[in-house]
Amino acid sequence: MSTNKLLTGTETAAQAALLARVDVVPAYPITPQTVIVETLAEMIGSGELDAAYINVESEHSAMASCIGAAAAGARAFTATSSQGLALMHEVLHYAANGRMPIVMVNANRALAPPWNLYCDQSDSLAQRDTGWLQYYCADCQDVLDSILVAYKVAEEVSLPVMINLDAFYLTHTSEAVELPDQEAVDAFIPKQIKAVMDTEHPATYGNVCGPELYTSIRYNRHYDAVGALESWQRASQAYAQAFGRSCPPVQTYKTEDAETILVVAGSASGALRLAVDQMREQGHAAGMLRLAMLRPFPGEMIARAVGGAKRLVVVERGVSSGMGGIVGQELKAALFGRPGGLDIWSLFAGLGGKDIVPEEIAAEALAIAAGKPSGPEHGDHCIWTGLLP
Amino acid sequence: MTNTALTQDIMGPGHLACAGCGAAIAMRHAMEALGPKTNIVVPAGCWSTFIGVYPNSCLRVPVMSVAFATTAATASGLKAGLERMGRGEETVLAWAGDGGTFDIGIQALSGAAERNEDIIFVCYDNEAYMNTGIQRSSATPPGAWTTTTPESALKSQRKKNMVAIMAAHGVPYAATASIAYPEDFMAKMAKANSIRGTKFIHLFASCPTGWRHGSELSVEVAARAVKSRVFPLYEVMDGEEWRMSPMPAKEPVSEYLRMQGRFKAMGPEIEAEFQRGVDRSWKSLARKCAPSA
Ligand SMILES: Cc1ncc(C[n+]2csc(CCOP(=O)(O)OP(=O)(O)O)c2C)c(N)n1
Ligand code: SF4
Repeated sequence: MSTNKLLTGTETAAQAALLARVDVVPAYPITPQTVIVETLAEMIGSGELDAAYINVESEHSAMASCIGAAAAGARAFTATSSQGLALMHEVLHYAANGRMPIVMVNANRALAPPWNLYCDQSDSLAQRDTGWLQYYCADCQDVLDSILVAYKVAEEVSLPVMINLDAFYLTHTSEAVELPDQEAVDAFIPKQIKAVMDTEHPATYGNVCGPELYTSIRYNRHYDAVGALESWQRASQAYAQAFGRSCPPVQTYKTEDAETILVVAGSASGALRLAVDQMREQGHAAGMLRLAMLRPFPGEMIARAVGGAKRLVVVERGVSSGMGGIVGQELKAALFGRPGGLDIWSLFAGLGGKDIVPEEIAAEALAIAAGKPSGPEHGDHCIWTGLLP
Repeated sequence: MTNTALTQDIMGPGHLACAGCGAAIAMRHAMEALGPKTNIVVPAGCWSTFIGVYPNSCLRVPVMSVAFATTAATASGLKAGLERMGRGEETVLAWAGDGGTFDIGIQALSGAAERNEDIIFVCYDNEAYMNTGIQRSSATPPGAWTTTTPESALKSQRKKNMVAIMAAHGVPYAATASIAYPEDFMAKMAKANSIRGTKFIHLFASCPTGWRHGSELSVEVAARAVKSRVFPLYEVMDGEEWRMSPMPAKEPVSEYLRMQGRFKAMGPEIEAEFQRGVDRSWKSLARKCAPSA
């Protein structure tokens, strides 16, 4: 029987790792993911979770230890945020290029300087070319469900998965979470990791190779990542059958007839639903699209959902300086060449923990639709709200 | 020196190291001591490139080629994973160059030592970053030429005392070894393999390419480093009990230095200073190794 518990996002992540029966947890603290590694330490200490806990000396080492553990065929889990994720960068490539089925939770937090503990997705968005699959959670239940689905996908396609939680919004919000029972989870994600390090069948991992083989290895990784979208959907459907909930790569709200679609990755989808309702009350056909999967990028699904809309207004939580909003750029690339002239705007309304306020978003989106965006606009379809004078 | 007949055929032909590479010789001896139930972790460095072009490998045990700074951390995770998978009895050998140990790898190594991870960490010390073309590392001795310590600015700083750093962590076993004394090295590897916890072996491995000596002289150069006490052989148990290994009679450093092109710009003054440094280090080591009254 499943049980219901009131849990924060970080506590939920630890519960998911427990249910996934992870084998090895290399851990290094950073706000606001710390509760995850603290909870897991407690669980392992008390014997509730039978796993090895490694108090590593840095995030760089945490990911390296995950790779070592996965190379032995063990299920590895870790969690980080912001500076920690940035420090891991080199080793993130190793995990993906080495095809290690690691699952990691990242609490989306702003990068320094200036120091800022709050929500910002620049940390994980900057890792989108490392080869990791990336999922952005909507709520605490989604944290639990997506971690379990992630293990199934990771071990099926041999690629690591990053599960992203908006700092303080999701990490620290308590919600009722339904925890499936252990036997059902065991049946859903039986461990299927092939040990790279096998003394019976010795082979090398990652030693030198020439350009042709290198290109072929990258080809395989790319198309396996592309194919991971289908794996994810299959796993998500299987999960829905077993537990009644799914983790779709794209989630929509009132998009069928929408002229303007607000787009966001992460937990602000709730706020944007309210903004959509407000826009509708003012007579504007608005909709919302929540982008849950950033890698692989569900371009086709987005194109279908966007339908005949005139414009997308992306509420951005990450900026690529000198270019624009990161999610907006991804959408432009994915939707390039479609007939119908879709306008894509980046609305910087959620950097460094800035609250995404439905009223403000609705007002700005309506202004854009009326051709009169209010904030400074630099000819690059980037609108900045709440700037200091 | 006696001839050692090797029985384990774990390191086969096909490595791409330079002729006379001390680090290549050393692996054969290490594998002779450790046997086939060994999992090797190597970071960037000469060993990661000369092991063979994929899918070829000169080693008949599994090998992970890992990010430069991560040797000890990857080895920690690997050991934990093996234990979880019921293979806890297998050996995890981390095998890194001096750069991967003294410099970029020291943080992860210190972390692993503090946690007393059950791994053997061997630093094959060729006293420079050889794989990237002979640049200074913190293991480069004073007076040595490298491409980043040109003749106009030879290295002046002394070499880090890596064994003392590891001993200060209180690891159960730390030792030095040399490719010129394979029995001693193999005995130390076998001993390391019988102890649980972090074992550190600082292995002196000549590099004809970087040290500028004939490839036929690798073993002799390494032997002279021991005889001149530039690289004494010793062990440290639990960070406390220091013990000298059997050592040959002492000779001056001059012959050791003269054999290598990397020291050719060293004038008599720097050589005298080098000798004083060696004598000082020896005294301090001898004190640590003296049986307490
Ligand atoms: C993060 C990082 N920085 C730099 C390098 C480039 N690099 C590769 S091998 C190497 C030197 C290795 O020196 P050492 O550890 O002494 O081993 P050796 O080459 O002498 O065997 C360097 C600097 C790298 N691979 N990774
Ligand atoms: S450069 Fe030196 S350490 Fe590297 S393979 Fe050649 S001899 Fe060996």
